[in-house]
Amino acid sequence: MSISIKTPLTREQARQLKSGDSVLLTGVIYTARDAAHKRLCELVAQGKELPLDAKDSIIYFVGPTPAKPGQAIGSAGPTTSYRMDAYSPTMIAQGQTGMIGKGKRSPEVIAAMKEHGAVYFGAIGGCGALLSKCIKKAEVIAYDDLGAEAIRRLEVEDFPVIVIIDSEGNNLYETGRAAYLATK
Amino acid sequence: MREIAAQKITEAVRQMCIDANCFLPQDVKNRIEESYNMEPWPQAKEILERIIENYKIADEKASPICQDTGVACVFVTIGQEVHIQGDLAEAIHEGVRQGYADGYLRKSVVRDPLDRVNTGDNTPAMIYYDIVPGDKLEITVAPKGFGSENMSQIKMLKPSDGLQGVKDFILKVVEDAGPNPCPPIVVGVGVGGTFDKAAFMAKKALMRSADERHPEPFWADLEKEMLEKVNELGIGPQGFGGKTTALCVNIEKCPTHIAGLPIAVNINCHVTRHKTEVL
Repeated sequence: MSISIKTPLTREQARQLKSGDSVLLTGVIYTARDAAHKRLCELVAQGKELPLDAKDSIIYFVGPTPAKPGQAIGSAGPTTSYRMDAYSPTMIAQGQTGMIGKGKRSPEVIAAMKEHGAVYFGAIGGCGALLSKCIKKAEVIAYDDLGAEAIRRLEVEDFPVIVIIDSEGNNLYETGRAAYLATK
Repeated sequence: MREIAAQKITEAVRQMCIDANCFLPQDVKNRIEESYNMEPWPQAKEILERIIENYKIADEKASPICQDTGVACVFVTIGQEVHIQGDLAEAIHEGVRQGYADGYLRKSVVRDPLDRVNTGDNTPAMIYYDIVPGDKLEITVAPKGFGSENMSQIKMLKPSDGLQGVKDFILKVVEDAGPNPCPPIVVGVGVGGTFDKAAFMAKKALMRSADERHPEPFWADLEKEMLEKVNELGIGPQGFGGKTTALCVNIEKCPTHIAGLPIAVNINCHVTRHKTEVL
């Protein structure tokens, strides 16, 4: 059974999600990858306003392919998250409650998630054609010069993710693998 | 001497960029479907089902299978009796430029590794040439995503490390990669040669059909053994646990120096893309 969540994702809601939960997200989420995160964190360091409202936000680590005519967006699956490890604690401290990506996270990111109440969701990597069906609208809101890496505001409907790491630090990469190996 | 116009090469490369990114090769599909049938872990099976659904959508709509449409790796095998009319390298780059624009593919190349300004057209391609007897021109386009490329490693083992060292290193690279490269993966291994040759062989190994084993029985057996060992790690599809960590292990080897045992492991995700055309 999947849990349906409408964004924004509050800290209280984030704290209720558990590692292994299947979630369907509906509402607004933002995209950002390496280059956009670098700029966002520079703005935070300078005390300047961000081009997105970080409070209760979900950031999807993705650089989509260009939309064909008539499409909202091209293929749009997750990129590997550890490259954002240097930046995610800053964004979580700014109020971000959710991240969508794939792959391992650093102890520093997990510590920030526990401290502030945030979750790390996984989307299926390499399934960009399938996932883009759940993205109904996409609009570049900052850093157009970065092309695929620009920050986009996405409107999603029942976007399927799974909670990999919850706000208590439980990690599906560890528990899922251990559970499978215990059957061997 | 057989004449081939550079324009023909541009057209072929353009089409191969689009086709490789949208249509997964049949041998890779077969391996994924076999793995789906053999996978005992329910969550792993569900993920493999989504992966199959994804490439079917990509097939139907001619959409990129993955948003990382890669850096275009182009392998050119030129017959000695072929004469190219025009600039071969520029013809290939132009094919990539056109293919990535016309196919709505992502432009993922930066002009300098440190200033990181996007070139905007996915050029330059990474081109490798091989010259052989004959009058044919064979071109393979392999878009390489970097989620998996970043998980690749190289090591200069000692001759005394031997077969066990080779096995341990392959398993170490897959273990270190864990969920990051979008398992199930294809593992390309290069053993022997020099530092650079080992890495090149590892990449070439990824081009081999999933149905084809190494022609020498010793190495074919090692490929089968390593696939079993990798799939005993339990990483599973997407790293959430399961049997299907890898679809195949392909090893290439060549002679090396008396003092060395170079080994490189190049990882590819389940979206293992390549397209070949002979002109």
